Amino acid sequence: MSLKIVVLAKQVPDTRNVGPDAMTEQGTINRAALPAVFNPEDLNALEQALRLKDQFPGSTISVLTMGLPKSAEVVREALYRGADEGFVVTDRPLGGADTLATSYTLAQAVKKIGDYDIILGGRQAIDGDTAQVGPQIAEKLGLTQVTYAEEILSLDEKARKVVIRRHIDGGVETVEAPLPLVVTVNGSAAPCRPRSAKRLMKFKNATVVAERKPEDAEKYEALIAKKPYLNIPQWGAADIDADPAQIGKAGSPTNVKAVKNIVFKAKESRTLTASDADVEGLIKELLDGKIIG
Amino acid sequence: MANFYTDHPEIKFNLESSPLMQRIVELKENGYADKDSFDYAPEDYADAIDSYNRVLEVAGDITANTIFPNSEDVDAEGPHCEDGRVRYASKTYENLEATRKAGLNGVTMPRRFGGLNFPITAYTAINEMIASADAGFENIWSLQDCIETLYEFGDEDQRSRFIPRVCAGETMSMDLTEPDAGSDLQRVMLKATYSEEDKCWYLNGVKRFITNGDSDIHLVLARSEEGTHDGRGLSMFIYDKRDGGVNVRRIENKLGIHGSPTCELVYKNAKAELCGRRKFGLIKYVMALMNGARLGIAAQSVGISQMAYNEALAYAKDRKQFGQAIVNFPAVYEMISNIKARLDAGRALLYQTARYVDIYKGLEDIERTRKLTDEEKAELKRYQKLASACTPLAKGMNSEYANLNAYDSIQVHGGSGYMLEYACQRLYRDARITSIYEGTTQLQTVAALPHITTGTYSQMLEELEAGEVAAEYESLKARAKAMDAKFNEAIETVKAANNNEFTDLCSRHLYELAANCVMSQLMLRDATKAPELFEKSMKVYLNLAEAEVAKHYNFVKSLNVDAMESYKQA
Repeated sequence: MSLKIVVLAKQVPDTRNVGPDAMTEQGTINRAALPAVFNPEDLNALEQALRLKDQFPGSTISVLTMGLPKSAEVVREALYRGADEGFVVTDRPLGGADTLATSYTLAQAVKKIGDYDIILGGRQAIDGDTAQVGPQIAEKLGLTQVTYAEEILSLDEKARKVVIRRHIDGGVETVEAPLPLVVTVNGSAAPCRPRSAKRLMKFKNATVVAERKPEDAEKYEALIAKKPYLNIPQWGAADIDADPAQIGKAGSPTNVKAVKNIVFKAKESRTLTASDADVEGLIKELLDGKIIG
Repeated sequence: MANFYTDHPEIKFNLESSPLMQRIVELKENGYADKDSFDYAPEDYADAIDSYNRVLEVAGDITANTIFPNSEDVDAEGPHCEDGRVRYASKTYENLEATRKAGLNGVTMPRRFGGLNFPITAYTAINEMIASADAGFENIWSLQDCIETLYEFGDEDQRSRFIPRVCAGETMSMDLTEPDAGSDLQRVMLKATYSEEDKCWYLNGVKRFITNGDSDIHLVLARSEEGTHDGRGLSMFIYDKRDGGVNVRRIENKLGIHGSPTCELVYKNAKAELCGRRKFGLIKYVMALMNGARLGIAAQSVGISQMAYNEALAYAKDRKQFGQAIVNFPAVYEMISNIKARLDAGRALLYQTARYVDIYKGLEDIERTRKLTDEEKAELKRYQKLASACTPLAKGMNSEYANLNAYDSIQVHGGSGYMLEYACQRLYRDARITSIYEGTTQLQTVAALPHITTGTYSQMLEELEAGEVAAEYESLKARAKAMDAKFNEAIETVKAANNNEFTDLCSRHLYELAANCVMSQLMLRDATKAPELFEKSMKVYLNLAEAEVAKHYNFVKSLNVDAMESYKQA
């Protein structure tokens, strides 16, 4: 049996390199000013997809991303590491989307890809930290969801069931779920394999239309006629049949009222002696307060 | 995120800067013949260089973020022997998995066998990065270059059966040495017997000190001609582990390169097939194998030197004594700058050699499909000679430098460097083997000696001297030229003595003279092209080299046949 796998991936600002212009005045992220990277947990999700493909040869992995044209970098990265194809959803009206509009848009795009067995994504993106988009897509597509997944332990082709280990507070939980489903993968899952040298050389010139300079149009046309896999399909709102009222700012009920810097300050301090009694007392207090344990 | 390629722009410089590179790629790609049949083949020179760079970045990522972090655990755990098989240290498997997933196997092999078809120059860059992350793992990984020999001398059937397996990540070993045949491989006793009944060869005997001896595919040197006692009775065989018959009796306990299993192997009626022609095992094939391996050790040594430098510099910037970072003290910064100078000069020699090898091998490969023109034949001859002259220089000097650099790296660390917590002590232990295996430094001088006496190096120096240097380097160039003159004078002195033993006693000194002169010229050339990378280390290197040249020149000039007596041991 071969599986049809969709991996949701997002290009995110590298939070290790946040500068003063990281946020716009409107309180959204200034993506143009920050170096962009593959959202780390989406890479964990991609690895789970690649492992399924290793196990079920003939399976296909489609990577789906939404963002600026340069988010095609995420698709290329996934192609280098073993994905079969990728799609970039990019369109001006899609901008400024909160998680609701994003999950609607991605769900529409997933429908266009169609015929999927398993949709994988990272637990959350490091720019918003909401962990909402995966679950919302599951709801919109009417699918089962398993969140905080660490490993897909087994997949039964005949019974169309998967067994997944989830990361939960204080331990792990093993669950069984039917296909098709949405799985969001936790950062504690296996790291993604490296780029493959051959795939890197094969796909290094893959682009979406919006990345190409108009004056190079002819060059690309010739290139793609010869090597069709160098064209990464680019979809706008119309291509995925999106309702204009449910996308972008229009479809986003979230409004940022203000952005504030929060500085954590110690409000009180206590001085303890090095005596066993004092140390034991502190340990007990921290345990009781569930601060450690 | 750390990346051993992008963090060290000197490697990229060495990959790209030489005008020979264009020719190398042209030969390797044979008119870009693969561009329509393989989706990862380059269309032109720029495309090829771009691909090399991208793949080297992948290697830089794996080495910095997987192999290097694993190195301490691999060093501590090491491999062990279980039921006649090698079990690597657990993280060695992670390293192997990472390099396989990245497809860094069969790097130089043609695409039709699943290789990347990279020139040896690019392969060398991957090799040195892996070595700087973990010199022991480098052994296991880089033994893939044995496949070059199988490609060159095996038949098409053998190529198509074995090369794709190596490209898919199976490992190799070269089973040469035995208890009584170390440097002197003519003494090899492992017996190869042909069975008319089974139409195949069987191997019986023992091999010792075999690196990665439980590999998937072995190249074995064995005595196929009964009753012979020298190199002419030896042939080369391919042993496939899938056929069975070879067991690991023990793994050696070594000072360093703990990740690399050094095995004693027992062959019991092990089925094997002949590679190439009978009796050519040692005289032709093993020589080819060793030349490749020597370039590999040169790369390994450069990798160790790079890490010795990184560790020393980082520690010296961090460590404060007498109220300031110790890097500010002349005694400390001199040591670090010497490491850097030896690193840069040795690396220049390494890549110069790799380019020479690439050109002659590229031409040899074309010769397999068509006759070479007279011009091409002359080119082949020229670069074969240069490669054969530079390989022992690059191997011997870089391995000696790796030892010096690791020593100085510990010295910069002071007492902390002697403790096992810091990487510099592992580098020190790992470096020690580089000047011993694949031919000791003493044997490298033997290989270099004919090129000293027949003038290969002198001519190389003359050609390098003819190159332009930046105007402000003219006075430095004059110093380098004066060094070359001393080298030539020393050769004449030795020749005039007309005594073989005297020549042998002087050979190490002549060798050092040649190497210091060549590297000085290379550094002048590179600093002219990229002063931002090399000006400082060029100047430091010239100071070091000038002192070395004076020392070795004085030795040769002050010694005479009678004075040799003082050196002889009872």
